[in-house]
Amino acid sequence: MAFNPKEVASRPSRLTSGHRMCAGCGAPTVAKMILKAVKPEDHAVIANATGCMEVSTFIYPYTAWTDSFIHTAFECAGATLSGVEAAYKAMKRQGKLPEDKHTKFIAFGGDGGTYDIGLQSLSGAMERGHDMVYVCYDNGAYMNTGIQRSSATPKFADTTTSPAGKVIPGKMQNRKDLAKIMVAHNLPYVAQTIATGILKDLYEKAEKAIYTEGPCFLNVLAPCPRGWGYNTEDIMELNKIAVETCYWPLYEVENGVYKINYKPKNKLPIEEFLKPQKRFKHMFKPGNEWMIEEFQKEVDARWQELLDLEEITNK
Amino acid sequence: MGIRERLSGNEAAAIAMKQINPDVVAAFPITPSTEIPQYFSTFVSNGEVDTEFVAVESEHSAMSACIGAQAAGGRAMTATSANGLSLMWEMIYIASSLRLPIVMSLVNRAVSGPLNIHNDHSDAMGVRDSGWIQLFSENNQEAYDNLIMAHRIAEHKDVLLPLMVCQDGFITSHSIENIELIEDDKVKEFVGKYQPEHYLLNDKEPIAVGPLDLQGYLFEHKVQQAEAMRKAKDVILEVAKDFEKMTGRKYGLFEEYKMEDAELVVVCMNSTAGTTKATVDELRAKGVKAGLLKIRVFRPFPAEEVAKALTKAKAVAVLDKADSLNAVGGALFEDVVSGMFVSKVNVPTVNYIYGIGGRDTTVQDIESVYNDLSKIVENGDIGNPYRYLGVRGDK
Repeated sequence: MAFNPKEVASRPSRLTSGHRMCAGCGAPTVAKMILKAVKPEDHAVIANATGCMEVSTFIYPYTAWTDSFIHTAFECAGATLSGVEAAYKAMKRQGKLPEDKHTKFIAFGGDGGTYDIGLQSLSGAMERGHDMVYVCYDNGAYMNTGIQRSSATPKFADTTTSPAGKVIPGKMQNRKDLAKIMVAHNLPYVAQTIATGILKDLYEKAEKAIYTEGPCFLNVLAPCPRGWGYNTEDIMELNKIAVETCYWPLYEVENGVYKINYKPKNKLPIEEFLKPQKRFKHMFKPGNEWMIEEFQKEVDARWQELLDLEEITNK
Repeated sequence: MGIRERLSGNEAAAIAMKQINPDVVAAFPITPSTEIPQYFSTFVSNGEVDTEFVAVESEHSAMSACIGAQAAGGRAMTATSANGLSLMWEMIYIASSLRLPIVMSLVNRAVSGPLNIHNDHSDAMGVRDSGWIQLFSENNQEAYDNLIMAHRIAEHKDVLLPLMVCQDGFITSHSIENIELIEDDKVKEFVGKYQPEHYLLNDKEPIAVGPLDLQGYLFEHKVQQAEAMRKAKDVILEVAKDFEKMTGRKYGLFEEYKMEDAELVVVCMNSTAGTTKATVDELRAKGVKAGLLKIRVFRPFPAEEVAKALTKAKAVAVLDKADSLNAVGGALFEDVVSGMFVSKVNVPTVNYIYGIGGRDTTVQDIESVYNDLSKIVENGDIGNPYRYLGVRGDK
């Protein structure tokens, strides 16, 4: 179905307001928009890794989720949802569930619960082929525990466990490329998108992932005002700049075939993305130009690799 | 009138699972319980069960998937041992706090380290306070029977707690013994259908499971878990009565072997009870008033009942197949003596740590325990209550 913003906006949200996520956070937008892509007549079971989203949306005795929801622990949203989906298959087969009703299985995890502590559980769930969508809302650090570095944290970022000090200028390693790891699982659908700013992209990818049979993975860049250090009202702009600089390209991989959904005509310099964020402030001190140069090189290399992959896989 | 068979403990557990026909089995192989998911996946491959078998990539995921499946509204089962249970540890607590009646077959083995694949009870003891019901089994028959009774206990509305059936790795899991199986249809009827009140897959009533549960509520929720564990005792006995009607096999919270007039009593669990029975018989033949109290239900711990059963004893030895490394004594010993103290049963009681890492425990070993007890009765001196049995350099 073509994206109709008015129609989509008019649908009741399956994640209700009143949750306690921060103003200017990308994560609730991700959950809200993705769940809008679930057909109104379908039921959903949502699994959530421990993290900001979980602790802000389901504080006993209140829940913001209108679908069935399960949270168990930090590292096992993938495995937990595997169990739910397996039970669904078994119960459906035995006639224990209504035949005409469909349930969709969606997991949400931050980059901590997905790239790091939950990577094994995610990999297992994807490899086993459960019919589910795993959504990573990637804000690039362990924000829930107070902004510690993760393997999704970009190089040089100042976090509480990779502080920009006098000797070591922030995180010294490059970001893990999780979408690529997921593509290596030979999934029917893997996509990278953003939380805000280009809702059409997020919605359409969510819809495709949810209604593609088998294990699908979405990596969604979800800015965090506390961890990134931007003004809350700038979230949409910042998300867009991430795409315009090619820091976070919008692309999808269907059965191994790459498609870049947006190629900026004028690729913006990476400074545009780094500058509004306090976590990169030290990179703009005189003498640290090399850091920006290095960052730009990495972005360029990854962008080029993506262009190559698109070309190769479409041959 | 039952089906006579010859099966190993693992085969017996797998057949019980087949007859129970759960919706989901999620398991990861680990010695000595590996055979259980192996046998079970054969049943799945041959279409003998309706189960979805989830071949997870770790035990942590096995328990996570069981939690998901049971919360979804299905019956979920798993099997594991030692380090597998250790890896599940986080999820073990979550399973019981979510009040999900998952059933596990735990084939007891020493927890690392160093690495050892043989039997002791350190795995089960490591989760004794996790809110799981723990049933111990002397042999393949009991491992089978306990599994058949498991769901009726765990799923009872007054209980709603996960349950693990323990048996000794290799000693019973890999030994082939005679067994009497129950007919499939009788098991099906006995176990019944699983009808959860609330479950994730009920689209008419979506639910949220696993909240952030802060200072205002967690305490009460924990008290509810504790209450369920207390109530489980009666439910276990009720189910045992029904089971006896079906099979003629009687089960209680513990088994008393030649306890009527016993003066020297050994308290132990699992296969060592078999060895102890043989020892008791030999000693009785010599006129020694030896008895055995075999714990079947370790959680909930029947403290009052055990204390009462020990009232007439002149000396008691509690055998722990796991050391608590607390400079005081093993877990079973502590539970037994605290139960005795509260019930004002003042009988000299000593503790033996034995069989660690699969160290063989023979009739002669158990006989030496009864001899020690007899000396305690003679000279009224307990000496060191925290002892070892079968360790080099001890005697």
